[in-house]
Amino acid sequence: MKLAWRDIGVGLLAPATLVLVWHFVTYHGWVNPQALPSPEAVARKWVEYLLPLQPYDGNGHWLSWAFSGELIQDAMGSMFRVLVGFALGAGLALPLGLAMGASAHAYRLFNVLVQIIRPVPPIAYIPLSMLWFGLGNPPAIFLISLGAFFPVLINTIAGVRQVDGIYLRAARNLGASGPTMFLRVILPAAVPSILAGVRIGIGTAFIVVIVAEMVAVNNGLGFRISEAREYFWSDKIIAGMITIGLLGLAIDVAMDRLNNYLLRWHRGLES
Amino acid sequence: MSAAHIEVKGVSKVFGTSVVALQDINLEIPRGQFVCLLGPSGCGKSTLLNAIAGFAPPSSGSIIADGKPVAEPGPERGMVFQEYALFPWMTVADNVAFGLEIKGMPKAQIDATVERLLKTLSLQDFRNRFPKDLSGGMRQRVAIARVLALDSPIMLMDEPFGALDALTRRNLQDELLRIWSELKKTIIFVTHSIEEAIYLADRIVVMTYRPGTVKRDILVDMPRLRDPSAPEFNALKRELGQLVMEEQQRHHNDELRAAAVD
Repeated sequence: MKLAWRDIGVGLLAPATLVLVWHFVTYHGWVNPQALPSPEAVARKWVEYLLPLQPYDGNGHWLSWAFSGELIQDAMGSMFRVLVGFALGAGLALPLGLAMGASAHAYRLFNVLVQIIRPVPPIAYIPLSMLWFGLGNPPAIFLISLGAFFPVLINTIAGVRQVDGIYLRAARNLGASGPTMFLRVILPAAVPSILAGVRIGIGTAFIVVIVAEMVAVNNGLGFRISEAREYFWSDKIIAGMITIGLLGLAIDVAMDRLNNYLLRWHRGLES
Repeated sequence: MSAAHIEVKGVSKVFGTSVVALQDINLEIPRGQFVCLLGPSGCGKSTLLNAIAGFAPPSSGSIIADGKPVAEPGPERGMVFQEYALFPWMTVADNVAFGLEIKGMPKAQIDATVERLLKTLSLQDFRNRFPKDLSGGMRQRVAIARVLALDSPIMLMDEPFGALDALTRRNLQDELLRIWSELKKTIIFVTHSIEEAIYLADRIVVMTYRPGTVKRDILVDMPRLRDPSAPEFNALKRELGQLVMEEQQRHHNDELRAAAVD
């Protein structure tokens, strides 16, 4: 535990230096504060953005008051879209990937289509998604699920196809076939690769949610920073961006924990 | 039906168009015999074992095990691999239990069998470990327990101790002999170690390098546990060494020729 705190301390060194340089540059007035406000201004804005607008008036539950700040509402909106979109995209990619990985027939059937659609970035679907789904959550969730779909699909296919033949031989020798072979041998052997895909997929979903909110939704972190631009609130833009970064970090830490748990059997994770 | 437990009849195996890995192999292995297939790498001993296991059917000829023609791999011919081939996502106990679950054995019975086997192979304390946390010797113990769980009368072993250090190796050899004498299984054991073959086997089948044929088929008539420093052990070692070296030389010449062509 002691070591973990030390690691965190070392990890904070570079961000702290960056903030220090930022402070230095703005303190001496070397840049226009409209373009780059001081870290203190951003921090003030961030707290203001975080806290509820009015003091607690006794109406309703105090928890719902505590979470009524704009930042928390935005962050929850963005996270909701990421989670729903990701679950949808990954939920469709996983079975298709397993089928394409396990069956040469399914692979031949779908591979060309996948390879044609995959290079089209999800951002390119924005016009079409708005034509199809209008504004609000539906187009955003569509775009996010698209962004999560392909990384999970490609890694699942690769994971299943690259299962070490020795495991298959050993399992056949023990009498495994059909569903047992698939669920107890092929699937677990493919999990490291699938999880790598999930991680990339979540990352992509996070990028896409911000873009989608900038164009199609009227709340969420992406919407808020693009709204702030219209009023030249650069402090709020940066406060929003820092929030996006922190959320991304939190997701990554959570994914890391999940990885370590699910892959506790995996070589190279002894530490 | 003949008395042989495993019968290899006129087995040949050709890879591609020209590599004759096995040529007209005939072997009759009686029940309970411990047979070592010995030869340099490339002599087709593993190919023969894989054919008996059912992984790679021969190009011609037939293999009959326990009265039935071998068509595909199965738990009636349990195999121990050189690379251990444990499932890394399963604990030691789960690895041993897997074959029994496939068989559909009731849970309580599986637990009892696994417990017994873990004890037989001194693995009780490693029950809940994953294979990555075990040494090579321990992993191979798990692999042996996994095959013993199948309770098959035939056990196939493909250079199972090849990657282990000398002490661990001797230790496992002794353990294998103890298990074999208790359970009376028919064992086919592939090795390129002459000493290992003499230490373990009732019978040593020396194979030739391409095409793979039976060069010599020797019964080892020495009481166990055998003393590797005994004169008759050394005499046999010298004799077999001569035979294996001839084949090794052919292998070597072949490689030189292939390099010259490049």
